[in-house]
Amino acid sequence: MRAPVSRRTLRWLQTIVLSAVALAWIYPLLWILSASVKDATGIFGSGLSLWPESWQWENYSRAWDEAGFARYMVNSVLVTVGTVVIVVVRCAAAGYVIARYRFVGRRLIVGVLAATMFIPTGLFVVPVVELSDVLGLLNSHLGLILALAGGGHVAAVLLYAGFYAKVPKELEEAAVVDGAGFLRTFLRIMLPLSGPITATVVVLTFLATWNNFFLPLVFTFSTPQNRTLAVGMLAFQGTNSTDWSGLAAAASLSLLPILALFLVLQRYFVEGIAGAVKS
Amino acid sequence: MAATIAHAPGPPRGRRVSRWVYVFVLPTLVLFGMYTIWPSVSSIFYSMLEWRGLGVDRTFTGLANYERAFSDPLFWGSVRVTVLVIVVTVPIRLAAALLLAIMLNNPRLPLARLLRTAFFIPVVATTAIVGIVMGFVLDPSSGPVNAALELVGMPAVDFLGSSDTALSSVMVVHVWKWLGITMIYWLAALQTVPVDLYEAAAIDGAGAWRRFTHITMPLLVPFVVIIGMLTVVETMQIFDLVLTMTGGGPFFSTLVTEVYIYQQAFAASNPNLGYAAALGVLFGVFTVLVVGVMLLLVRLVRGKGADA
Repeated sequence: MRAPVSRRTLRWLQTIVLSAVALAWIYPLLWILSASVKDATGIFGSGLSLWPESWQWENYSRAWDEAGFARYMVNSVLVTVGTVVIVVVRCAAAGYVIARYRFVGRRLIVGVLAATMFIPTGLFVVPVVELSDVLGLLNSHLGLILALAGGGHVAAVLLYAGFYAKVPKELEEAAVVDGAGFLRTFLRIMLPLSGPITATVVVLTFLATWNNFFLPLVFTFSTPQNRTLAVGMLAFQGTNSTDWSGLAAAASLSLLPILALFLVLQRYFVEGIAGAVKS
Repeated sequence: MAATIAHAPGPPRGRRVSRWVYVFVLPTLVLFGMYTIWPSVSSIFYSMLEWRGLGVDRTFTGLANYERAFSDPLFWGSVRVTVLVIVVTVPIRLAAALLLAIMLNNPRLPLARLLRTAFFIPVVATTAIVGIVMGFVLDPSSGPVNAALELVGMPAVDFLGSSDTALSSVMVVHVWKWLGITMIYWLAALQTVPVDLYEAAAIDGAGAWRRFTHITMPLLVPFVVIIGMLTVVETMQIFDLVLTMTGGGPFFSTLVTEVYIYQQAFAASNPNLGYAAALGVLFGVFTVLVVGVMLLLVRLVRGKGADA
């Protein structure tokens, strides 16, 4: 009788230790949230304490209005949504035909996609900026969106292809019997079927794009009004290095949307990432 | 002609379908060609130019940029720092995340889901913002870390301002930021271990440690290499964190290759795009070599598994 009880106690002990570590783990993020509503002396004076003595909501209005984070937020949303839409459309379409049709160049395309999976941004960045400059896209949202959505995303294509390869042929044949053409079959039957894949691709692309820094940084050197949140944050730090509470508010503004999205759609984040190992 | 095919009710579908196939693959071909293939190929050409900025005249100089790179102590230093970050942080992440995953994989552990979420949260936070915030958290005069040190009576440390501690600080933050993703990889790997194996072993009287060494470990071996590879590739792209925390300093002690490329191309008062392209090509070759070796290891481990 004693063994199961002690085992349960042991498990609770494990949970308590892990909870303490977990609390320390998220402490830096909690600290920045709390610093965002403190005044400067509160940040300097309160040490490790998270609870502000007086709530300074004007830190947020300072970041939002004066430091231009309203603008950066709009830019981040525009760039991220634009990129996600293009990635889903192009990857679903490419994955579909790669999985279900034999056409000239198919093997070559798959080979090239797989071979370029791990090429680092450092190799891309000079030619991408040069190309965008020549095409007149360097200082626009569209240029940044195309660069973010155009390169890479091999995993998304392969994810769709892997899914469509497993859909039974009878479904398509039934659609053809009903008089549906290629486009209708894809839009009405195949695309809805791959909903879970789309959810994963949307969530992971959203995360990668929202958090991207290298390309938005080099695309907005001469157009500060196009900065995304992450780039705006660097600029804010450069010009207002003493306004720490404003900095904390700006950081919180930038982090809260992605953290909230994660907490709501956690399942898709985790499944999408876990998929990288299983395949 | 096209119209007749489009309106034809029956069989001559073959041609119409094949046209749609190309329409479907075209966006990916064009975009991927512009933003992945073209950059890879043109980098090699750009790397042979003396090229001082966008829209500025460029002259062909052959392999001069490569000669310069090979005798550039900053480039070699950046390779050394990149390799050091990989060699130090990847094993730590693999081991610590495995430990966490094994504990959190226990379905009877109270609050397991909540704890997983807590350890994963830093992964979704924007790296560049984390980097800037960490500069703040590690501040020698008023950051909470130094406040904690003061509390236990230790002297303040200028974590990012001293070349002795800057790289270690960046590595600690890097591990903190990304440990959760490695944990998820391990949890996915652990899902593949059949539960009845544990039950059978428990019936045979095997303790937790024996179950771990005799069941879990052998089944996880193939995953070590895959997860190791994913982790190495992620670590090579530590640009965001380094640029925002230290900018590569102090005294180049945290200068990783991607930051050096960025500095040469965009941040220098005297930009040198040709040289940056050459560094990019070398870095690309380096990445491909590392990935190639790791893929080879995957094959080797898988092959062995099949023999056994």
